[in-house]
Amino acid sequence: MKNKIVLFLIAAAFLIALPIFAGQFGAGWVRIMASALLYVLLALGLNIVVGYAGLLDLGFVAFYAVGAYMFALLASPHLSETFEGFKAMFPDGLHTPIWLVVPLAALLAAIAGVMLGTPVLKLRGDYLAIVTLGFGEIIRVFMNNMEHPVNITNGPRGLDRIDSMRIFGFDFGKSLQIGDFTIPSVTLYYYLFLLLVVVSVVICHRLETSRIGRAWMAIREDEIAAKAMGINTRNMKLLAFAMGASFGGVSGSMFAAFQGFVSPESFSLMESVMIVAMIVLGGLGHLPGVILGAVMLAALPEVLRYVAGPLQQITGGRLDAAILRQLLIASAMIIIMLVRPRGLWPSPEHGKAAPNPIKA
Amino acid sequence: MDIFFQQIINGLVLGSMYALVALGYTMVYGIINLINFAHGEVLMVGALTSWTVVTALADSGLPGWALLLIALPCAIVVCAALNFTIEKLAYRPLRNAPRLAPLITAMGMSLLLQTLAMIIWKPNPKPFPLLLPTDPIDLGGAVISVTQILILVTTGIILLALLWLVNKTKLGRAMRATAENPRVASLMGVRPDMVISATFIIGAALAAIAGLMWALNYGTVQHSMGFLPGLKAFTAAVMGGIGNLTGAMVGGVLLGLIEAIGAGYLGELTGGVLGSHYADIFAFIALILVLTLRPSGLLGERVADRA
Repeated sequence: MKNKIVLFLIAAAFLIALPIFAGQFGAGWVRIMASALLYVLLALGLNIVVGYAGLLDLGFVAFYAVGAYMFALLASPHLSETFEGFKAMFPDGLHTPIWLVVPLAALLAAIAGVMLGTPVLKLRGDYLAIVTLGFGEIIRVFMNNMEHPVNITNGPRGLDRIDSMRIFGFDFGKSLQIGDFTIPSVTLYYYLFLLLVVVSVVICHRLETSRIGRAWMAIREDEIAAKAMGINTRNMKLLAFAMGASFGGVSGSMFAAFQGFVSPESFSLMESVMIVAMIVLGGLGHLPGVILGAVMLAALPEVLRYVAGPLQQITGGRLDAAILRQLLIASAMIIIMLVRPRGLWPSPEHGKAAPNPIKA
Repeated sequence: MDIFFQQIINGLVLGSMYALVALGYTMVYGIINLINFAHGEVLMVGALTSWTVVTALADSGLPGWALLLIALPCAIVVCAALNFTIEKLAYRPLRNAPRLAPLITAMGMSLLLQTLAMIIWKPNPKPFPLLLPTDPIDLGGAVISVTQILILVTTGIILLALLWLVNKTKLGRAMRATAENPRVASLMGVRPDMVISATFIIGAALAAIAGLMWALNYGTVQHSMGFLPGLKAFTAAVMGGIGNLTGAMVGGVLLGLIEAIGAGYLGELTGGVLGSHYADIFAFIALILVLTLRPSGLLGERVADRA
């Protein structure tokens, strides 16, 4: 027990000191770490749906988008610039306080999750995967096209000038001055996201050991048996969709505030695939594994951007940073799965039945 | 009424290409229960290979149809070799792994192929030369091009040939047996590994043909061109009932028709509120509807209850 506390304190000190140390090498590194934390949040949310409840969701990024657009609409001048009536009501633009907008983003995403979940309750693994994938595409097409006849999302150009996070008048968009020591804005966001990740990990951990969590895992292992044991599989599945989605919604609103700009490009199918890959590569249903997978896939390719220059010169510009990044992610997805099909850090086996004897 | 006929023709052409790709998905899924996410990329490789062959021979003075006849086997060979290798490297070692593992390698493979294509062929879209006469043929109001006629006829022949292959030949019987139960099939002297490889090769050949057709019909090729057709073709396969060959064909044609008619009339029906940009979502809305009403697809799943 004592060891655990010491370990915890060391980890906390390390995570708090990390951006200050990395900041010495430029704000870009801190930015990478902050966005990696956002991916951790997303991965934790998806892990509830896929890892615990066993519902393969390939359209998770839709909920991320719902949260991001929700925040962007309520905290940018777009609505009052587009609609006369809006301007009359809110002459200074709509700067909704985050105590309203973040829960709203979570709620809206949860509703979207239930909306997706309801028609597909009866579907099994792969069918569900393809339907959720389609759902993600539907949301993306809407984001791309909802500028005619009424301009809501501003189409492919996206929404910009989004407010930064403000909590009790404290602005995360400005750097903080303590004496003669300055903490840049991006580091503040890092701490905010870190806090959210810690809270989410606690929530996920509690969920995992709760009745709900065990019901989800029962559904994952054998749905018919779970039903026979009196678990309301319909409600439990919908709850998993809603909870996972609300994580996505919160991360989305954070993303919008952090970037100050959202466009449909950030919510492509590729992002969904990345998040699924993160949790599967890390270790499905196992919190440390999920976090490892998210950090690895989010941060490593970004770090690579800094070393890609020389390689680009060698290959005559054919291998630029973006291509190299994709190449790395793709090979990681294939190689890790071939070497460790259960993920890098899988949950320890707990009295599970032997895997299905597979044909051929 | 003319628009209606025109959209029916466009839909049939689009749908027959979807059907070809959908067959590849459905055969693979029927046998090893894997959504082969890299299948759309095989179509892309087929199209880009044909583009390379056709542009390389552009100055040879050969007529368009001859170029086409040279490009097609090249594309088929390249795609078949590629799909064979993918199966061997990325899917076969994972047959006994948890079900998500091969799904992730398939997605990784799709991304890898796109990236490699970007490195080999550069990311910019390339115009595909016009190999066939472009004069439209009038069909009492609606028009159809030589390319479109060729696509319809070729697809029809291929679909019949495939049905014959699966239902009448020894290989077809082995495929059906493997899909039913690989272990029992192997006791009966079928070699499941061979059958699976053959399935991947046949699927790749169909995707290569579809890729060339796609390039001919739309006139451009690019590394990202395989993604959406792949997705829609899988949707078609699911709509028809996955694992069911006729279902994939019906699903493909149906999806093509739904999309073409939807794109043609959506603007009119909604008074210009929703334009034809929304055509892409028809596939998915149709999919959700079909699966909600008939969870095993329109024609039902051939492989019955395998979770």
